[in-house]
Order: sequence, then C-alpha cells, then structure tokens
Amino acid sequence: MNTRFVSALLCVLFLSSPAWAHEEKSEHLTITHPWSRATAPSQKVGAVFMTIKTNGNTPDRLIGAQSPDAEDVQIHGHMMDGDVMRMRPVDGIVIPADGEAVLEPGGFHIMLIGLKAPLFEETVIPLTLEFEKAGKVEIEAVIEAAGARAASSASGAKMDGEKDAGKNNGHGGGHNR
Amino acid sequence: MHRKLPIIVVTLVVAVFALGAWLNLRVAEPPENAAVGGMVVNVNIGGPFELTDHTGARMSDDALRGKYALIYFGYTFCPDVCPTELGEIAVALDELGDAGKQVTPVMITIDPERDTPEILAEYVPLFHDRLVGLTGTEAEIKDVAEKYRVFYRRFEDPSFTFYLMDHTSFVYLVDPKGAVASMFRYGTPPEDMAAAIRQHMRARTDS
Repeated sequence: MNTRFVSALLCVLFLSSPAWAHEEKSEHLTITHPWSRATAPSQKVGAVFMTIKTNGNTPDRLIGAQSPDAEDVQIHGHMMDGDVMRMRPVDGIVIPADGEAVLEPGGFHIMLIGLKAPLFEETVIPLTLEFEKAGKVEIEAVIEAAGARAASSASGAKMDGEKDAGKNNGHGGGHNR
Repeated sequence: MHRKLPIIVVTLVVAVFALGAWLNLRVAEPPENAAVGGMVVNVNIGGPFELTDHTGARMSDDALRGKYALIYFGYTFCPDVCPTELGEIAVALDELGDAGKQVTPVMITIDPERDTPEILAEYVPLFHDRLVGLTGTEAEIKDVAEKYRVFYRRFEDPSFTFYLMDHTSFVYLVDPKGAVASMFRYGTPPEDMAAAIRQHMRARTDS
C-alpha cells in the first residue's frame, strides 16, 4: 500500500458523494421516456422512471407528483447501505443546471401507492409532476413489462416521450408545499 | 503527514472487514473459473428449508435438487429493486437458452405478512412462467433468511400508510446438490449472471 493507492481511494470516496447544485430561476425542462412496469392485480404499488433535463443554466427541483390512478404518489430514493437496499422518501430531486436527473431502477423513482387498477403493459398512466420553478407538468408514463429494466426504445417512439415543460405551465413561481 | 498514512489505511481496512462481518459474509476473491459476475462463497451459506409455494403447497429445498436454482429474497410490495432483480433473472435464463431449463428461478418473500400464496400466485408469472414464489410463517422465513445471511427489516415512516422492507438484494446460484455455488450482487448484468452459470455448468460436466 502506498500513498498513491490511498489518494486514489480517497478520490473515489470523494467523487462518490453527490454534489447538489444551488437553486436559481428556471422555466424549461425536458422529460424523456417516462415509464413504469406492469403490476399484478394485488400489487398496489409501482415505480415511475424518467430522465428530467433542464434546458438552460438554471436548476430546478421535482417536489411532488400526483396521479388520478393512485391514492398517493411519493418521491423515493435508494440508499445502498453496504448491500442492504433501503428505499426512503426524499424531499425532492434536484435537476442540475445544464444537466439532468435520472430516475432509474435502483436510484430515484416516483412511487405510486394504492394503485386503483393494475397497470397493464402498453398502456399509460397519467401523472402530474410538480417542480419548484417550472410548476406543474403533465406526463404519461408508458407501462412496460413487469421485469423491464429500462424503457424500451419502441415505447419511446410511440409515446410523446419528450415534453417541453415550459409550454405546459403558465405559472412559474417557487411554491413549496 | 506520512506517519498518519498507516492509520488511515488500517482504519479503511478495518471498516471494510467490519462491513463484511456485519453482513456475515466472507467472500473470497473469485478464482479464474468464476471470474464473470459471480462471487464465490467460502462460508457455509444456504441450507434446508420447508416453505409454502404460490400454489399453496408445501415445498422443501429437496424439490430443487437435480437442477440449478436462482434464489432471490424480495417482496411484492417492492416497486423498484425486486422487479428489477426478478427481471434480470428472467433475462439471464433467456440468455442461457436451452441450458436455462436446467435452472429453477425462485423468489422467497421476506414479507410473509403481506405475501400470501395467493398474492405470490398473481405476482410470479409476470416475471417468468417457471418462477416459484415461496412464503411461510414468520419463523420459517426468519430461518431460511438466516441460513442465506439475508438481512431484512420492516421500515415505517410517518408519511406512510404502509411499510417497506429494507433488505439485502443478492441472487444465489444453488447447484443441483443444494450447495450455494455463487452469489450475484444487485446490479449484476444478466449477461454476466448467465455467463457465470454457464461456467458452473461446464465445470460440473468437466469434473
């Protein structure tokens, strides 16, 4: 073990800690390929994944979500504690300036709780996302197979996968709930 | 400055070992024949169990003998990690083609309170037509989880009208004689899982 090894190790430790951006005024977002998975009739939960990108140099923050098809919708993240997966509610997800937040299996997701009906493959579930700056954005997540690992490219094509959030909201203001 | 280095190194090494000890896992460096994806287990892990399958029938580990098994511990009220892992198991089996028929995919619930055989019966076919769902009494699940060194704990939050389960998320490859041959950590690509299984199969037929 030498100094170089230790510094490399420390670098890895530092690089793996998240760097949150600070907040500024922002209006426009691009949401790509929102998707979820088919559920069993008895399965009352689901997770929605997507990529949210800021179209500019101001960050935003996803602070909430609703769906008419679920009793409750929460934003969750995973903490890997050693090899233990701990899913936890989070206050919000920062979308960095000129960057993106990726909601994907094993990371952040929007959790659907109390699904009113099972989710069937090749259908969609409507969601309203709420951003600190961009306000409310309506999206439709495409339902993939129960064991899907990512949005299939086909689903990206047949849905309106990309939305300019700026067009969808008239009210910007940073209201927190 | 340089004098502190050994302390830092020792601290890090101790931390790593403490983590391993906490999980009760001692995992060896994978030898060449298992270099792809899987971890070789050199500790007594796994063991006999008797549980209830998704059809409501009692099933013991004996029923898995003669074939390989891929065992995952999860729960159906798990929106993210469990479907991901079960999906990966299904892809790994597809990847194996005909050899995949020599592998039985199994999900053992760590949430027996919610996961009744009826709930599992609706859930397992979504992932694979041969996926076996297993549940049991709290004591039976605790017993099998301890044998596989699975950590699980109920988690509740004031904002919840439900509970979640914290849990380790490994996939265990059990050989036809019932020994745990390999473990796959969460996030192991199914292609790597399939390659490791294929290597185990080859090693068996060679010996």
